[in-house]
Amino acid sequence: MNPISLLGELGRAILSMLAAFGRVALFALDAVSHIFRPPFYPREFGIALLNIGWLSLPVVGLTAIFTGGALALQIYAGGARFNAEAVVPQIVAIGMVRELGPVLVGLMIAARVTSSIAAEIATMKVTEQIDALVTLSTHPMKYLTAPRVLAALLTVPVLVAIGDIIGIAGGYTVATQNLGFNPAAYLKNTVDFLEVRDIVSSLVKGAAFGVIAAIMGCYYGMSSGRGAQGVGRATKGSVEAAAVLILAANFVLTGVFFSL
Amino acid sequence: MIRMENVHKAFDDNHVLQGMNLEIPKGTSMVIIGGSGTGKSVALKCILGLIKPDSGMIYVDGKDAQKGDRDAFLARFGMLFQGAALFDSLPVWQNVAFRLLRGSLKRPVEEAREIAIEKLRRVGLKSNVADRLPAELSGGMQKRVGLARAIAAEPEIIFFDEPTTGLDPIMSGVINDLIREIVTEMGATAMTITHDMSSVRAIADNVAMLHGGVIQWTGPVGQMDASGDPYVEQFISGSAEGPIEAVR
Repeated sequence: MNPISLLGELGRAILSMLAAFGRVALFALDAVSHIFRPPFYPREFGIALLNIGWLSLPVVGLTAIFTGGALALQIYAGGARFNAEAVVPQIVAIGMVRELGPVLVGLMIAARVTSSIAAEIATMKVTEQIDALVTLSTHPMKYLTAPRVLAALLTVPVLVAIGDIIGIAGGYTVATQNLGFNPAAYLKNTVDFLEVRDIVSSLVKGAAFGVIAAIMGCYYGMSSGRGAQGVGRATKGSVEAAAVLILAANFVLTGVFFSL
Repeated sequence: MIRMENVHKAFDDNHVLQGMNLEIPKGTSMVIIGGSGTGKSVALKCILGLIKPDSGMIYVDGKDAQKGDRDAFLARFGMLFQGAALFDSLPVWQNVAFRLLRGSLKRPVEEAREIAIEKLRRVGLKSNVADRLPAELSGGMQKRVGLARAIAAEPEIIFFDEPTTGLDPIMSGVINDLIREIVTEMGATAMTITHDMSSVRAIADNVAMLHGGVIQWTGPVGQMDASGDPYVEQFISGSAEGPIEAVR
């Protein structure tokens, strides 16, 4: 391939990527704007709260408790190399609240919720249920997207907070039961070390990741191709995009909260 | 009255509609026939605004279908989709009463449920079906529920997209008879797309043959067999020989 063709291919790929970003950004703006404009669908919102929030608790809890426990073991083993085993409570707390809690909950939501939203909406699209909604005078963005995005915006920060607490509890359990830490001292060190900024950053990340997860599920579902293959591609694409965007947003938000 | 004037629609290189003209007088039943992939569904979706035509005009009662209050426009239509397109997560009665539970036609829940059960009876389904989920019903029952949903808000215009596809001949006959009865008793304007000739004879007042992106022939159903149009004749006979290529 000659250099001009190569440059042409590169240009096409960049233009295609920018166009995709533009489509997602316009979709996201449209979705968010419908949250504030009637009609509202409280029943759909209630179902979304249940699916995204309540039913995600088991996977979030299990992920957090094992991560917190493993983190305590790692910090203890690593800290022992330079006689710093005592920092386990502080590092578990800061690690869970600032990074692992929001990121792991975000990724779990991407796996569980984004995939489910994308598959459901894509199936609705290929079976003409989205067209049926339109003919029944119901805007699909209002009926399908807005309730899910709002529910994710509200519930994922709560899930992150719960994940943070369970993760710290996992570290506490391992540290006090296996590593010989004093329970009262462990809790005091955890509470004393955490700052308001840590908790705020955790919750803001949760809200951002929730919105990303829901919007990616809805976007890929609505733009699904035909047939089972279309649904499969939409589901896979939504989880990949949500996971990458969550990690990128985490980097940006960490910079905003802790580099200023 | 519905009027399509010189409507064009292409998907990339595939020019589906290439200047389609069609007129459906008020209170009549028009059936559009044509092979698979000839753009019958596209034409129907263009009228509803589900697909935007590339060019051409569509009028409903003399008004541009692409302008004006969209909710008020759609409230005049009912549609039976090919696969029924019932909402999986809602029980049958909420599917039927979907339009009556929200939006400008909203009614109290009890009243909406009563209307839904009445419409289910009208299409030959018992009230015990009302609380079942669509996935628990057979294909024929789903079509009937879709029909009940299409007529629930007493629309002036009803569209039927391949109403008998996938059904056995007896159930096809039942659905055809139901459509004819309902359209007659409601005085609605109906547009049906199909390639099932038994549906055409049961449902149609007028027939239009769509091929090559344009209407090749249109006229009363009684004149269809003697139309003299080679496309219509080949379609009715089901012959592989004729102006319509068998391999598309």
